[in-house]
This record gives sequence, C-alpha cells and structure tokens, in this order.
Amino acid sequence: MSISPREGWTVLHGMLFGAAFLLAFAGGFAGLYSLRPEWVTAEGIKERILRLKVGLWAMALIAWATVISGTYIVYPWYRASDATSARSILLADPATAAWHTFGMEWKEHVGWLAPIAATVVAFAVTYYGPALAKKVGERRALMIFFVAAFATASIAGMFGAFINKVAPIR
Amino acid sequence: MTTLSNTQELPNGPVAAALLAGGAGAAMLGLATTLAEASAGVKNLLVWFNPVGPLSGKTGVAVITFFASWIVMHLIFRGKNVNFARATAVALTLLFIGLMGTFPPFFELFVKE
Repeated sequence: MSISPREGWTVLHGMLFGAAFLLAFAGGFAGLYSLRPEWVTAEGIKERILRLKVGLWAMALIAWATVISGTYIVYPWYRASDATSARSILLADPATAAWHTFGMEWKEHVGWLAPIAATVVAFAVTYYGPALAKKVGERRALMIFFVAAFATASIAGMFGAFINKVAPIR
Repeated sequence: MTTLSNTQELPNGPVAAALLAGGAGAAMLGLATTLAEASAGVKNLLVWFNPVGPLSGKTGVAVITFFASWIVMHLIFRGKNVNFARATAVALTLLFIGLMGTFPPFFELFVKE
C-alpha cells in the first residue's frame, strides 16, 4: 500500500484542506446565525465570538492553503502537455471532455472566490466582536458571503473529486 | 452580568470596506477570466507562471485587487459610518459578477474564434 508524492499532494489539497473547510462551514454558519441577543446571553455571545473568531480565521487560512496548493502544486501536473496528463486523457475522449471543458474550467476559477469571501467574514467578526449580535444587516451580509464561500468551495471540491476519479493524477 | 449595551459602538465603515473589497476581488476574477477568453493577448499577459498558465494571472490580479482595494477603502472608511445596505448591495452585485464571469457557459460566449 503506497501513494505517490503527486497523489499525496492531491490528497492534502482536496481531502485535508478542502474537506476541512467544507466540514467546518456548518459550525461557522450556525454560530453566525444564532448570534442574536434574544437567543443567547451576553456572556454566551462573548464565549461564542471567541470560538467564531478562531474558527473563521482557521477556515480562511485553510481556504487560502487549498487554492494555493491546488493551483501551484497539483494543477501543473493536471494540465501538463504530455499525453498521460489528466487533462490530455479527459480531452482525448469526447465522452469525458466535458469534465475538463466544464468541470475543471469552472473549478479552477470559482474556487478562488472561497478564500476571499471567507477572509472578509473572518475580519468582520473579529472587528465587531460581541457587538455583531446587535447588527442584523451586517450579520445577514456576512452570512451571504459565508454561504458564497461554501458554495464556491463545494463546486470546486465536488468537481475535483469527480475529475480525480475519472482521470487521477498519478 | 455583562450586557450587550456595554459594548462599544463601532463604525461600520471598515466592514463595508472589507465587503466591497471582497466583491471587487471576485468581480476582477470574473472579468479577467472572461477577458482571457475574448483576447489571446490578454490571455498571454496573464501567464505569470508558465506551469499554471493564465490561471496564475487571473487569480493574481483578483487577489491583488482584493487586498489593494481593501487597504484603500479601509483608509477611506475607517472611523466612519456608511450606508451599509447600499454597500452590501454593491458588494453582492460585484460578487455575482465574479460568479458569472467564472461560469464556463458564460465566459465561453466571449471565446474568440
């Protein structure tokens, strides 16, 4: 049982960084959604804000690590011009070409929106702290950005998993 | 027991700046992706790192736009309250432009034959 360095980097990019971001989303969203003075005591909000700050900055860092490792380490192997690269294999067969022309083309671009949106949310929660609980409009805007970060990361992650199944990077 | 009314009232300008910068970065990614399809010259200009191809430049200009516009808008808006609903509407519109510009059926409409 062994994995090549390329497979190892692909696992690190998708299964560790990417999956960690997606798994953490539910906790972060629940924390933002329930940050209301009518639902939680002031002491509870303070305790929750600390967890949110740590969690959201960790998510933002993980999202940056995901797109940087994906773009600058894994993607060059994927798009190599030789006939054995994943891109060449997908494009060689009309039945699999759309995995590249639609799936990879979407994934490689849209995934970069996730760290940008996640960083904005982490900054805003850090800036406001417990006061965010009273700011309905601001919290709503941040939740939309947070959902956008999750949605774009999900698209990238889903296509990454499917593409690596059809044409693995070895 | 601590109450939330004790918390300091913070101006919303810095958060509006961050949201607008996020939108600007997203919109720049969408714009760069679409322009690269429309122009071979732009596509070549965006090859900042050969093994990655034009994706390096597309994402590079988006990240630079995000952080640079954030710094500028933070300096402009810090200590101020802005119309947050309007800032959010602009930021979400820019984010939508980014989502559209990175969607293959959209940017392929601009592929130069």
